[in-house]
Amino acid sequence: MDEQITHEEAIRRLRTDMKTSSVATPFATALKIAFQSLRIRFWRSIITIAGIFFAIAFLVSVLNSAVVELAVNPDEGSQVSGTGIRFILTLLAAEPRQAWLVTMSLIVCVIGIANAMLMSVTERYKEIGTMKCLGALDIFVIELFLLESGFQGLVGSFAGALIGAGLVLVSALVKHGFAVMGILPWSQMVINILLATVIGLLLTLLGASFPAYRASQMPPADAMRTEV
Amino acid sequence: MASTQENTVRARAVRKRFPMGEGYLEALKGIDLEIKRGEYISIMGPSGSGKTTLFNMIGGLDKPSDGTVYIDEVDIAQLDAYELAWLRCRKIGYIFQTFNLIPVMTALENVTLPMIFAGLSNDEAISKGRGLLETVGLGERWQHKPTELSGGQQQRVAIARSFANDPSIILADEPTANLDLKTGHDIIELLRKLNKEMGVTIISNTHDPSMLNVSDRIIWIRDGRVDRIEARSDIDINVGTIGGDVLGGVGSADSHGGAAGKHAMDRLTGEATNGGQ
Repeated sequence: MDEQITHEEAIRRLRTDMKTSSVATPFATALKIAFQSLRIRFWRSIITIAGIFFAIAFLVSVLNSAVVELAVNPDEGSQVSGTGIRFILTLLAAEPRQAWLVTMSLIVCVIGIANAMLMSVTERYKEIGTMKCLGALDIFVIELFLLESGFQGLVGSFAGALIGAGLVLVSALVKHGFAVMGILPWSQMVINILLATVIGLLLTLLGASFPAYRASQMPPADAMRTEV
Repeated sequence: MASTQENTVRARAVRKRFPMGEGYLEALKGIDLEIKRGEYISIMGPSGSGKTTLFNMIGGLDKPSDGTVYIDEVDIAQLDAYELAWLRCRKIGYIFQTFNLIPVMTALENVTLPMIFAGLSNDEAISKGRGLLETVGLGERWQHKPTELSGGQQQRVAIARSFANDPSIILADEPTANLDLKTGHDIIELLRKLNKEMGVTIISNTHDPSMLNVSDRIIWIRDGRVDRIEARSDIDINVGTIGGDVLGGVGSADSHGGAAGKHAMDRLTGEATNGGQ
C-alpha cells in the first residue's frame, strides 16, 4: 500500500488553499441578476407589485381618511393626536371602527405580501440550487432575493401610498368642497405616505427573507429536486 | 499496486434514506468507491437504482445518512457551509441532465458567474469565458439567452460553465439524456477531449451505452449497491461491435436507438460478466 495522507492533513491542506482564495459575494452581480430577473419576469413582477400596491393604498387611505375626518370635524375630546406611528397608535386606541379598518389593512398587507414573496422564491428553487452548485454562498442567495423583493416593495408601496392618498384627497374635495384644502394638515398626510411606504418595504423584506433564508439553507440537491 | 495515483473521490459505506410514507426508502445501501485523478468514470444502472442520489453524495450536494464521502481525502461532512461553497466553486464542476442554465443570463454570463464567485475581475472572467465558449464550439453565440439556444448548445454552455474555475472533478448527471443521439455523441466526445487535455476527472451518470466507449471504468449500480466495476481493458474487445450495433440500430429504430442500445448493453453485460471474475 502506498502511504495515504491522513484526514487531518487533507483538511489542513484544503483550509490552507482556502486562505489564499476566497468565495466572493459580488454585490454588483447580485444587483444585475435581480434586475434582469425583474425585467424578464415583467408581468410576474407586476402582479407581485400590484399586490403590494393595493395593500398599501388601502392602508394609506384608511390613515389619511382619519386625518381628513379629524381636520374637518375636530372632536373636542379626541384622543387621536400626533403624527406617524403615534397617530396610528392613538387612532387604534381611540376609535374602534378605525382600529378595525387599520388592523384589517395591515393584515391584508402582511398576507398579500408574504404570499407574493413566497411564490416568487419557491418557483425558483431550482435556480437557487444551481447557483449554490456554482459556488454561491448562502448570503448571496439571500442578498439576491432581498434586492429583488426590496425593489418590488419600494415601487409597489410608494405608488400605492401616493395613489391611496390621492384618492382620499379627491374624495375630500368632492365631499367638503375646495375650501377643505386650507384646513388639511398636509405634513401629517405626507408623513403617512412615507410611513406606509416604509411599512410596505419592511413587510416585503420580511415576507421575502423567510423563504429566501430557507432556500439558501437547503442542500442544493433538495432545492433542485423541489417541483412547485 | 498497478496505480499509485491519488484517489480524488472516495466513498465509504455510503447510505442514504429518504422518508417515505411512514417508513424510509433506502436509495443507497452502502456504497464503496474509489476514483482516481484523471479517470473518466461512468456510473450506469437502471432508473431508480440510486445513480442520481450517489451523484448528489459525491458532489457534496446532499449529505449521506450514513457513511463518508471524501473529496481529495477530506470528509465533506465536516466542512461548514462556506467551505462547501468553496469546494463547489473551485474543485467541482457540475453538469445536469436539464442543463440548469440561469434563464435570465446570457451564455457568457452563465459561464462567468462561477468565476465572479471565485473573485475574478469582470475583464478576466469575460476573456476566460469567451475562451471556454470557443472551446465548446459556441464562440459566436455568447450573447444568446438559454431560451435562444438548442438543447445541445445549452449543454455546451453548461460544460463551459462547469470548467470555469479549472475544477479537478467534473460531475455530469445524465448529460446526454435530454439530447438526441447525434448531439449526445458530440457532448460525450467533448467531455472526453476535455478529460484528456486538461486531466480533469469526469464522473458521469448515464444510461447512454455510447458512454461506455470513452469511459476508463464503469461502475454498475443496482438497487442502491455497487453491482460491479469494470475497467475498460476488460471490455475493450467488445467496444467495436457495440459501437457498430448502436449506430446501426439508429437507422432502423427511428428516434432513439434506445432498443438497439439496450440490446447492446445487455449483451455487453453478459459477456463482461462471463469474461470477468
